[in-house]
Amino acid sequence: MLLTTVKRLKSMGIIGMNQRNFGLVARYNPRRLYPLVDDKLKTKRLAQAAGITVPKLLGTLHYQHDVKHLKEMLSAYNQFVIKPVKGSGGKGILVITEQDHNLYYKPSGDAVKLRHIERHVSNILSGLHSLGGKPDSVMIESLIQIDPVFEDYSYEGIPDLRVIVLKGYPIMAMLRLATHASDGRANLHQGAVGVGIDIGTGEALHAVQYGNPIYFHPDTRKPFSNLVVPHWNKLLALAAACYEMTGLGYLGVDIVLDRDQGPMIIELNARPGLSIQVANFAGLAPRVAAVEALEKTDPDPQSRVAFSQQQFAANRDIIRPRRRTRQAASTLILN
Amino acid sequence: MQASARLYTVVVLILFTGIGLILYKHLVLGFPLMPDEKKFVWTIEAKIDFQAYGEPVIVSLALPPKEPRLTFMEEDFASSDYGFSELSTDEGRRGQWSKRSAQGNQTAYYRLSVYENDKIAALQPSDAPKRPKKPELDEVFLTASMTLLDQVRARSANPEIFTRELIQTLNSPSPNQNQRLLRNDKAGEDYKTELILNLLALEGISARVVRGLFLEDGRRRQSLTNFVEIHDGEEWILFDQDTGKSGKPKNFLIWQRGGQSLLDVIGGKNSQVSFSIIKNVHSTRNLVVDSGMNTQAGLIDFSIYSLPIEQQNAFKMILLLPIGALVVVIMRILIGIRTSGTFMPILIALALIQTTLVTGIVIFLTVVSTGLMIRSYLSRLNLLLVARISAVIIVVITIIASISIISHKLGLSQALQVTFFPMIILAWTIERMSVLWEEDGPREVFIQGAGSLLTAIIAYLFMTNRTVEYLTFNFPELMLVNLALILILGQYTGYRLTELYRFHSMGKHHASDDR
Repeated sequence: MLLTTVKRLKSMGIIGMNQRNFGLVARYNPRRLYPLVDDKLKTKRLAQAAGITVPKLLGTLHYQHDVKHLKEMLSAYNQFVIKPVKGSGGKGILVITEQDHNLYYKPSGDAVKLRHIERHVSNILSGLHSLGGKPDSVMIESLIQIDPVFEDYSYEGIPDLRVIVLKGYPIMAMLRLATHASDGRANLHQGAVGVGIDIGTGEALHAVQYGNPIYFHPDTRKPFSNLVVPHWNKLLALAAACYEMTGLGYLGVDIVLDRDQGPMIIELNARPGLSIQVANFAGLAPRVAAVEALEKTDPDPQSRVAFSQQQFAANRDIIRPRRRTRQAASTLILN
Repeated sequence: MQASARLYTVVVLILFTGIGLILYKHLVLGFPLMPDEKKFVWTIEAKIDFQAYGEPVIVSLALPPKEPRLTFMEEDFASSDYGFSELSTDEGRRGQWSKRSAQGNQTAYYRLSVYENDKIAALQPSDAPKRPKKPELDEVFLTASMTLLDQVRARSANPEIFTRELIQTLNSPSPNQNQRLLRNDKAGEDYKTELILNLLALEGISARVVRGLFLEDGRRRQSLTNFVEIHDGEEWILFDQDTGKSGKPKNFLIWQRGGQSLLDVIGGKNSQVSFSIIKNVHSTRNLVVDSGMNTQAGLIDFSIYSLPIEQQNAFKMILLLPIGALVVVIMRILIGIRTSGTFMPILIALALIQTTLVTGIVIFLTVVSTGLMIRSYLSRLNLLLVARISAVIIVVITIIASISIISHKLGLSQALQVTFFPMIILAWTIERMSVLWEEDGPREVFIQGAGSLLTAIIAYLFMTNRTVEYLTFNFPELMLVNLALILILGQYTGYRLTELYRFHSMGKHHASDDR
């Protein structure tokens, strides 16, 4: 069956696009606050002011004539990331992992010339990647060093963690892993793997690629069953604190783990997508209802995290035993 | 949930206003709801001939009464050198032609175009009848009459049945002596009318003669037919004096009520009037608009119809846009189809209307795919965005010009319609799709391109539907209904159809868990 029924989705508490736009985005996110998250420079400054770790800003470009200084700006850094300030959905992000003899190397190993980077920057400035084609700025950030925990689970890109935060309470989390099919990007619809993460413990629950369940990373063949996100508590607290920082009630917080500096916020999203439900094999609706049932939001992020961990911890009995029986069955056959 | 209550109040208000206006136009002004509704328009010409003595001439002709069920489109009184005036008397309207002096054969014409409308009209209070005067009859005649009346009365219960019985008895194919005496078979129609009226008067029933014309296409030299109308105490009832059937027959135009003369000529002799009839078929909608303009009905007079034809045609197109918008809303909110640019499909649909469907799609695909190829070359030239889009616009225009010229040389006149495509929009579409190609791959380009085209085709099918076109132009109030629908759809928070596919793995898994 290629289609499921409305009744089934309802019973699982899946939230659809219309419900998200109407009941979550429009209801909890006042439009005047959007610039705080749509403009990544503003987000970065806000986060720094709130004492939240963010990737280091190496430089910014605002005008076309700044492009000729690009070589000079980049010469000091071997590794960097170029991003449009008002880009969305990971569009227009260029990652350079090595610089050598006027050649710049992408994570895939492809070499590009300075001219290519200059054109990329110029396109961003003209507004190619920004909403509505408005003129944009460019920011250059330091490259994040992959945490060894994730080394086995990533193809080229750095895995990032998406946490949905409702009224300050983290309600669902997903790890996004780049694959060969997704060309090193973390976009689920391009073939990246989404791994649902237990809010209670940081353990992997369930993984999907192209909407279908998988049990191993398609490129590294590592099973997800023993994947656990480190610094889980700190990471959730970081996500929860973004509520106070922005005032947005329905927020998608994108976090990466740096080998040296730990969890860092890389991007906030006022209209986070819904694929996270597929990755978690659970609907958002019951969790939204649980948070909405609270009389008031606890002012302390740490106690909010505690509430969430207790409330939204996965019921292990549903998923793990099923998997174990399957493994048991396969070992039986092997024997 | 106060906001949603407010919204629903507004929606209901808008919906009722829209539907109310449509019903008003349909029921009261008579606008048909379907484009093909036709009406018969009867053109009746009364020709008056007489010979003048050379003295002052006055010709007076009874004119048909204006009834609410009838719309008089045109009345024409053509007679050379005659002065004309229309008089209204107690007995109805009369036309009067006059001349200081005339000699020899004279002719006057009265021409009337009339159709039966569908308006709902309040019943007019019928004029109260006069008390019947006892007619003066000779002894033999009176006795015969009384005998007949006694017979008929014995078989009837009220004035209506009495009249029917009376007429049927008088017309019976095997008359007894009494009836034969009364009926006098040699006498004409007018005698029979007179007889019936006299008999009814003896019985104390108010009655009058009604003269009318049976409308049949292509008839010439017709004369009026006599009917008898009685008042049963509440309303007038019309009877056919030959059959006794009550009610107005189909296609029967009442010309004159009461016993006044049909035609009076002073200063002439051998006068006669004859009627000829022609039937025409007209679109109901045109008739209604014309009559509305003539009577200055506010809703029609202050509407798009009052604009010059050229602007009306422009509005025909503009009023279709909301239908396209509704299709886009449904496709995006209910179905969940992704399109490139929210309303780009409507613009494509508008272009398709000008070019016809298949030609339009072929042209669109040709322009966009050629544009994409050239754009991929442009992307290697390292251009600034605005310059690049401007370059794409020029490329698009070049492609369009080439298509026109090549197709013209090949004798394909349809492809010349290519100029109707909005070029700037096409350029932007090409630019967007090419960026999409680079960032999200050809699959996404295909999905969004197909989504846009599908939405455009569906919008096109709706917008070219004759009924839809007719309704949107003639009932602009439909826009209110449309608006209400869009407002309701804006509240829809259920799943989109495509989400049933997007989340299909959840359903599957769930099912296996149950086992």
